[in-house]
Amino acid sequence: MEKLYARDLYGQTLLELGKKDPRVVVLDADLSGSTRTAIFGKEFPERFFNVGVAEQNLMATAAGLSSCGKIVFASTFAMFATARPLDQIRNTVCYNNCNVKIVATHGGITVGEDGASHQAIEDVGFLRPIPNIRIIVPCDAWEARAAVLAAYETEGPFYIRLGRSKARTVTQKPPFELGKGQTIEDGRDVALVACGIMVNEALQARDVLKEQGISAAVINMPTIKPVDEDLIVRMAERFGKIVVCEEHQVIGGLYSAVCEVLARTRPVRVAAVAVDNKFGQSGNPEELMKHYGLTPGGIADKAVNLCRQTSGN
Amino acid sequence: MEKIRFLKNNANQMRRLIVEMLAKAGSGHPGGSLSATEILACLFFEVMRHDPKNPGWEDRDRFHLSKGHCCPALYAALALNGYFPKEELMHLRCLGAKLQGHPDRRTPGVSMASGSLGKGLSVALGMALAGKMDKKDYRVYCVMGDGEIQEGNIWEAAMAAAHFKTDNLCGILDYNRFQIDGRTEDIMNLEPVVNKWESFGWHVIECDGHNIELLIEAFHQAKGIQQKPTLIVAHTVKGKGVSFMEHVVDFHGRAPTTKEQEIAFKELEDIERDESQL
Ligand SMILES: Cc1ncc(C[n+]2csc(CCOP(=O)(O)OP(=O)(O)O)c2C)c(N)n1
Ligand SMILES: [Mg+2]
Repeated sequence: MEKLYARDLYGQTLLELGKKDPRVVVLDADLSGSTRTAIFGKEFPERFFNVGVAEQNLMATAAGLSSCGKIVFASTFAMFATARPLDQIRNTVCYNNCNVKIVATHGGITVGEDGASHQAIEDVGFLRPIPNIRIIVPCDAWEARAAVLAAYETEGPFYIRLGRSKARTVTQKPPFELGKGQTIEDGRDVALVACGIMVNEALQARDVLKEQGISAAVINMPTIKPVDEDLIVRMAERFGKIVVCEEHQVIGGLYSAVCEVLARTRPVRVAAVAVDNKFGQSGNPEELMKHYGLTPGGIADKAVNLCRQTSGN
Repeated sequence: MEKIRFLKNNANQMRRLIVEMLAKAGSGHPGGSLSATEILACLFFEVMRHDPKNPGWEDRDRFHLSKGHCCPALYAALALNGYFPKEELMHLRCLGAKLQGHPDRRTPGVSMASGSLGKGLSVALGMALAGKMDKKDYRVYCVMGDGEIQEGNIWEAAMAAAHFKTDNLCGILDYNRFQIDGRTEDIMNLEPVVNKWESFGWHVIECDGHNIELLIEAFHQAKGIQQKPTLIVAHTVKGKGVSFMEHVVDFHGRAPTTKEQEIAFKELEDIERDESQL
């Protein structure tokens, strides 16, 4: 199956948007080659600002530009796009409801060899409590493109998290809709709710589970905020158990979002396949995924356990 | 001369309103509001192109109060300009009020919130870059506190503004020499502050921040500077105009009592009378 860099499509999509809309402005903080914003910068130097290694300035300048009618995309690595300028994002970008789209690359543990300092696995958790922001973790390059287009078309702040590595294409043209999850594969026994590259892992876990006589549905949940409450509740009602899969700490991300919905609507057992309150380390992406249990096998184990625990109900 | 008298008069009115709204609210920041009064009076009654009936006017000069806690001075200037009725000032900091404890976009005339210090120069830089991009001739004014510029983000913005040659950007440093915990020179020395900004690539003008003539001249000079942003280092007195607040660190963030308001009003009246006799 096709594998693509989501950030490649991000760069190309920026270029398209830049051609059709002079309001589109792009900012980067010395990582424009990696984030691919350089593609835009080359074509539109007068609408591209590299602010250097200065992420606080990146976000607050983006806010200022947006206050003058610009649609501003601000990019750097997910670690530096969230942790360092959190105040600028909270108090300037989000409080003012600025039309600033933070598109961060190199999110998650699969950043790999650079190690824990560069592995953004708390980024969604940093931002999720902040009002006004919408948070999207696309599952592949095409969904990343769709998310970028949705952010462009929708007024207000966004955080879109892309990975460093190539992502296997899950669907060529995913029916991405802001704030909606989609059932990609249906099932009878358990729901696997996933975002980002974990969607692909969940699809493989479905095959593993099938061999064990368990029929799993796979739900792609790219919008973490506002999360698709209706779909989550429906899944809980139908299956009575859910496994959430994400390349993020178990605290603060999609697992938290799902549990928050279910705790006040339809409490059911929810298991997490996520980084279990630990820092990452160096290694290649596959090794790391394995080490932290972010694998089809890891998902299947959680699903089997959950089915056992709830079989009496 | 007429103009100067008009501006002085407005500054005096602003001071009264600052004291009154803070006494009414029972909390807030008089010290830095009073030190910035002439700066804001000059901007809002003389220097800036703006239209109170059309706060979102695309061609307006931009104003950003980076030291957001001094919003009483901004609110006074906005009210006297007719952005909203003066009565609003008396609801400062109340539940549901248009005038929040720190600047908020629900206030007519405030386009960007502030309150968390150290970010405003970046916001202003963004506005300046947009102006250049759109080939508009508006200018951007950003008022910063001296304690505030201890924040790292200020220096990121300072470096970037010089790099991008935003000569439509004018920063004003309210150099009142005090922050919350004491004198800036004791807490975290800023000197040599002029050299710092110059070495970052800014054009720097120093002046007495309570002298209307000199401030107007500084703003005028700044308009003519090309290829560089300008910083006006305005030497000011924290709590200016109210004797028992001047240089008193406690009045950074303590509102006057009603008794203190009365005394302050008397002093301000005396100042007004003296000035009108000149
Ligand atoms: C990021 C941030 N840190 C701390 C504060 C709390 N605070 C409010 S005012 C102030 C001192 C500011 O001093 P200065 O900039 O000199 O203001 P001025 O003297 O003009 O009132 C501090 C530390 C804040 N508002 N924002
Ligand atoms: Mg001060």
